[in-house]
Amino acid sequence: MLYRESGDFSETYKADSQTFPIKFDRYRYYAVLAFAFLVIPFVINDYWANAVLVPFLIYAIAAIGLNILVGYCGQVSLGTGGFMAVGAYACYKLMTSFPEVSIMIHVVISGGITAAVVTIFGLPSLRIKGFYLAVATLAAQFFLVWLFNRVAWFYNYSASGQINAPDRTVFGHLVTGPNTEAWAKYMICLVFLTVAGILARNMTRGALGRKWSAIRDMDIAAEIIGVNPLTAKLSAFAISGFFIGISGALFFSVYLGAAEVGEVFGIQKSFLVLFMIIIGGLGSIFGSFAGAAFMVLLPVLLKNVLVGGLGWDTALAAHLEFVIVGALIIVFLIAEPHGLAQLWRVAKEKLRLWPFPH
Amino acid sequence: MFPDQFLFGVEVLLNGLMAGVLYALVALGFVLIFKASGIFNYAQGVMALFAALTLVGIMDGQVPFSHLINALFGTDVHHFGWHVPAFAAILLAMAVMVGLAWMVQHFIFRHLVGQEPIILFMATIGLAYFMEGFGDMMWGSDIKKLDVGIPQGGSFWIEEATAFLGGSNFYGFFIDQLDIVAAVVAVVLVILLVSFAQYTKQGRAMRAVADDHQAALSVGISLSFIWVLVWSLAGFVALVAGIMWGAKSGVQFSLSLIALKALPVLMLGGFTSIPGAIVGGLIVGVGEKLFEFLIGAPFLGGATENWFAYMLALVFLVFRPQGLFGEKIIERV
Amino acid sequence: MFDQAESFVTPDGRTIGAVMMEMKNITLRFGGVVAIKDISFDVREGEIRAIIGPNGAGKSSMLNVISGFYHPQEGEVWYKGARRPEMKPFEVARQGIARTFQNIALFEGMSVLDNVMTGRLNHMKTGILSQAIWYGKAEREETENRAVVERVIDFLEIQHIRKTPVSRLPYGLKKRVELARALAADPKLLLLDEPMAGMNVEEKEDMSRFILDVNDEFGTTIVLIEHDMGVVMDLSDRVVVMDYGKKIGDGPPDEVRNNQAVIDAYLGVAHD
Repeated sequence: MLYRESGDFSETYKADSQTFPIKFDRYRYYAVLAFAFLVIPFVINDYWANAVLVPFLIYAIAAIGLNILVGYCGQVSLGTGGFMAVGAYACYKLMTSFPEVSIMIHVVISGGITAAVVTIFGLPSLRIKGFYLAVATLAAQFFLVWLFNRVAWFYNYSASGQINAPDRTVFGHLVTGPNTEAWAKYMICLVFLTVAGILARNMTRGALGRKWSAIRDMDIAAEIIGVNPLTAKLSAFAISGFFIGISGALFFSVYLGAAEVGEVFGIQKSFLVLFMIIIGGLGSIFGSFAGAAFMVLLPVLLKNVLVGGLGWDTALAAHLEFVIVGALIIVFLIAEPHGLAQLWRVAKEKLRLWPFPH
Repeated sequence: MFPDQFLFGVEVLLNGLMAGVLYALVALGFVLIFKASGIFNYAQGVMALFAALTLVGIMDGQVPFSHLINALFGTDVHHFGWHVPAFAAILLAMAVMVGLAWMVQHFIFRHLVGQEPIILFMATIGLAYFMEGFGDMMWGSDIKKLDVGIPQGGSFWIEEATAFLGGSNFYGFFIDQLDIVAAVVAVVLVILLVSFAQYTKQGRAMRAVADDHQAALSVGISLSFIWVLVWSLAGFVALVAGIMWGAKSGVQFSLSLIALKALPVLMLGGFTSIPGAIVGGLIVGVGEKLFEFLIGAPFLGGATENWFAYMLALVFLVFRPQGLFGEKIIERV
Repeated sequence: MFDQAESFVTPDGRTIGAVMMEMKNITLRFGGVVAIKDISFDVREGEIRAIIGPNGAGKSSMLNVISGFYHPQEGEVWYKGARRPEMKPFEVARQGIARTFQNIALFEGMSVLDNVMTGRLNHMKTGILSQAIWYGKAEREETENRAVVERVIDFLEIQHIRKTPVSRLPYGLKKRVELARALAADPKLLLLDEPMAGMNVEEKEDMSRFILDVNDEFGTTIVLIEHDMGVVMDLSDRVVVMDYGKKIGDGPPDEVRNNQAVIDAYLGVAHD
């Protein structure tokens, strides 16, 4: 009875295809948005911003991107780390080459550049499938990291081989560089995530999303009913790359401020984002959010409980995190391949009847 | 007399062949599991790391999970204070790998029978993560030295015997004895595995399962036994590979990444072919060393070995998706 | 009954038009195996054309040739008066040819509605950017196509399962959803690969009725493969009989029924 959909009827096809056809969901969505935009910026502090909120927002963008590719289009990629690096280095080159242009535009262009790179690495998907493709994307991962590590032009020949984000402002407020305030970091990431979420939702609910899902579920049948696999797959790679590039650009410029490619964008990052969407839910935008939140919160929680509370060694807590994450991946794949998003749906079904389940 | 540059090239080639043998060895582990169960085991590299960690831990008499025990109970235990001889330790490590195989089958893949290959693949990524953390928790994450008595360092005999080929700057081919031992072991292992598959009852059952699960079931072969068997064999191969690599460059996380090179090896050789794994391994080993020597180091700033194998496999796959020895796939609707 | 006349009216009052598709001397090989050997036949506009034959006769391969999934080594496909160059399956689909599959090929991860909507993909032309923005062009297109799809859903009487994931449907309904997906594409030529395989009598009757209605109401030309001889004889205007990749008979049901080669093929006469 807490969660009701009775009395909610879609009277037009338009109303039926909206994101939240149920009123209760719609209002909750507005409430979450209002809270995120109007409340959190005023109460946020450095710890929450750096440990939880900003990484969550940025990873959620990456997870949306990867989910489009893996969850919707069924093309598994292990190159996310490398692709995020493309976004980061593109953003760095743009920021240092055109200091007068707004950082917002740079971030978007970085997304575009990443989209182009990812599309090139997506070309083999026309010939190879499944884990063959997954292994092929490892080529992108290792090659891109090597490229940004070895070719000095990408890091402006700096002695340390690192890239450092210069100070940039939006509407007069600093958003990059070491002196950025917590709320500003949070806000810029929130804006990008909100837009990314809405765009992704729109693309996945219509013809494009159906094209991708058709390729995912049965590529041969999809082709026979008229889906061009070339454009369907490559558009998924491109759009996925666009979001991943944006998240890489934000990760470097807003969140870290400085980055060394091997450390930050190594293969571990690819797995991290992949795990987010497996745990959150393949083929679900909400799942991307849930998975990102989960994977960001888990280490924070473990650290607070084990290291802070029980006085464990940090390395030991980190190892335990590996064990837990690995086990969770397996458990989710066995028990609930649609992840947290599905658990959430099931919970809602239950709530519909609660407290009178019969 | 040959020009020195040419002879250096030949030396690189020989070293590449040696490295390739090791790649082939790990690739074999993949092929075994893939043939019998259709699982593309991403965790094979971490299995090699885990096997090597276990071996070192047993040899040094480390207390398993000592950090965890100390953190939980406030104790300060680290070593039992004994040393286990290499041979016995290898047997014990093998027993651990068999136990691991049973657990993997019992707790994971038994529940995933009939799932799509890509789901199984992602499960092995989860397994890799789990084992990495588990291994570190069990034995600690510091870099360890592994010495099971394999000779190391350049082979003087080969150097002296080949010095005459070049000019005064050429001192003969430098080939690590460890690599030679590794190559010999790998060859022996391949012969053993192939004859096991060909001539024993279990081997025949294994091949039957590889061919057709349903048919194998219907003639009374226990699938779960066969799967534990192949995971154990893969664990054995991982142990051997872990010993070779661990002896060469220490037992540490990067070992599992080197072992990952077996993936492109497989893509070249085809996932179901044992000869493919060997030829693919040699191509990758020689290819990446020669590429680094001829192009990578002089023109591209070096360290191209990190990606060369993957790029080669990628380009290759685009033109021949089934690999060198794989069967051509006819699609049906 | 079937001469070279441009068009004529059948006894039950339907108009059969001119030749729409013509297969000329098609030969298809897989390595050394000859799946189809030198087969020619035509399909006229508005007719129901059946292909029958024992297992392994090459019927499905023939359908796959029509839909562009296999490319014959020899022979030509003529469609709407022009020779069709070698095409990819999706290009064939865009020419107005839709099909169903012998082993149901629905998109298991999607709902019935989404599955049927995929049939409209060739009619939806909005670019990626408009879709990302959604409001305006994309939404309008979605609504228009949804209306078409809802008509098909009504027609096939699957309204009640609209939002059900197809993976939860029983076999018979899945077959119907697959037909709905093909119909949603508004095809000129509909290929049905064993639409009634594995169905009980009642389901077969339903399906036969739908096939006749589709042909009657929308004037869709249909090529179908079927094992159930009774159904084939009742439904089709003309029948091609295949055996071992060769054509052994072609004509109206009654004529084919009495063809000695056809009887031999079905009753099993030793091949030499």
